Amino acid sequence: MRITELFDNGEFVVTAEVGPPKGIHVGHLVDEAKEYLSGITAVNVTDNQSSVMRMGSLPTCVALKNVGLTPILQLTCRDRNRIALQSELLGAAMLGIENILCLTGDHTKMGDHPGAKPVFDLDSVSLLHTACQLEKGVDLSGQALVGEPPKFAKGAVVSPCSNSVDAQLVKMERKVMAGAEYFQTQAVFDSEKFIRFMEKAKQFGKPVQLGVIIPKSAGMAKFMNNHVAGVHVPQRMIDALAADKERAKAGITGVEIAAQIIKECRPYCQGVHIMALGWEAKVPEVLKLAGI
Amino acid sequence: MLITELKNKEVIQCQLRGKVFVLVCHGCKEVHFPEQEAEELIQELSAAGSVTGTLVTDYICNPEILTQRLQKHEAAIGDADTLLVLSCGVGVQTAADKYPGKRVIPGCDTYRLPGFQGVTPLQYDCQQCGECYLNLTGGICPLTACSKSLVNGQCGGAKNGKCEVDPNMDCGWERIQKRLESLGRLDALKCPVQLRNYATDSELDKE
Ligand code: SF4
Repeated sequence: MRITELFDNGEFVVTAEVGPPKGIHVGHLVDEAKEYLSGITAVNVTDNQSSVMRMGSLPTCVALKNVGLTPILQLTCRDRNRIALQSELLGAAMLGIENILCLTGDHTKMGDHPGAKPVFDLDSVSLLHTACQLEKGVDLSGQALVGEPPKFAKGAVVSPCSNSVDAQLVKMERKVMAGAEYFQTQAVFDSEKFIRFMEKAKQFGKPVQLGVIIPKSAGMAKFMNNHVAGVHVPQRMIDALAADKERAKAGITGVEIAAQIIKECRPYCQGVHIMALGWEAKVPEVLKLAGI
Repeated sequence: MLITELKNKEVIQCQLRGKVFVLVCHGCKEVHFPEQEAEELIQELSAAGSVTGTLVTDYICNPEILTQRLQKHEAAIGDADTLLVLSCGVGVQTAADKYPGKRVIPGCDTYRLPGFQGVTPLQYDCQQCGECYLNLTGGICPLTACSKSLVNGQCGGAKNGKCEVDPNMDCGWERIQKRLESLGRLDALKCPVQLRNYATDSELDKE
């Protein structure tokens, strides 16, 4: 199922995110996803997230699909040139993966193989354009595909709380032009900023899913403030996490914060995307508390 | 070493606005500079009455030399809406930085040739990609000013205006955004999806 169909029906679309292991065993990931994420619409599978080498996104998507979940294939431009990316997209379509999320990707220097060659032959915009070309039955150099072309729900990301929000809006428009049909955002902790962003972003007429991270501790919040682009946790939330370490550790404070943000932003967006970062088990609680 | 070729005339024409000052650099012309085509272009523009001045000079890649050379022409440049620069990518970037409020347009594409590299101060860099992007980016090169050499806009990695790869480096696309904003040229970013062509330089190598 393509998640764009649900947006078209006016549904509030809930997705979450899992990261493949550094190894060949996906059993644990699949079991957890089945247990905690069966109730939601679809599950993103990251592509060597943060430039840390792991098992591929596509085989993990297939493993999730085999147990009845709807996977979203994340595809970055860091590790593959335009030939390999097109080839991967065709392979995904053959395997029944219909939802994709097109990203530029972090630089190789950010990860665990800093000496690797950063490819970036394409970027998020030209990758979306590439997917559209394949859907039209031709590849990027204009050669015809054999047989019925693939069809994807094509997603992209945007960073509403970035200090470069104007550059982000320009890029968002370029992504829409290139064929993006839905957006997932970087994690939001400041609802007012998100609402202001949505006032500008709604002109593009594409569904936007609010990005949510469940904060695990004051330390994690401070780390994100210093190192993660586009993420800013306000001081009052850091204080709340620091006030009762046991509550924070048990996830109670984080779940409350995440649910509160969803409640405040819900009227302004078309869905929510939860990046649980290992706390997949808390996703049902967040949604319940947020009234979803 | 490098080779410059004049961009397609229509491509140049549609970038020009109002009156034009033409700055031509012959600094590295012993390799190749499209002298005759440049001359023709200047004549055409002059005939149309849109040229406020022309300067044929050398080594505009050096900001000090550029400032010296242009001293006598400041009035004519002031009268122009567009500064058309016929040089390699470094010359265009030097001129764009000297006149941040002016529409600076590259008239050439720069290709790479193996061998000795021009004697340029290292302030600006030209990858000699053969498809100069400086007209889309307000004279700031996205290939050398962005760690990922992105040609379709900023990635999600910039934090406080700095690049995700190097917190001491300004995000190139943040600079491009600000430059275009101050020039009132943000519409340049509504151009079609850009795909790089890696065949250009290697094909010339084979010639
Ligand atoms: S942060 Fe800016 S300069 Fe660095 S890779 Fe991204 S767009 Fe390029």
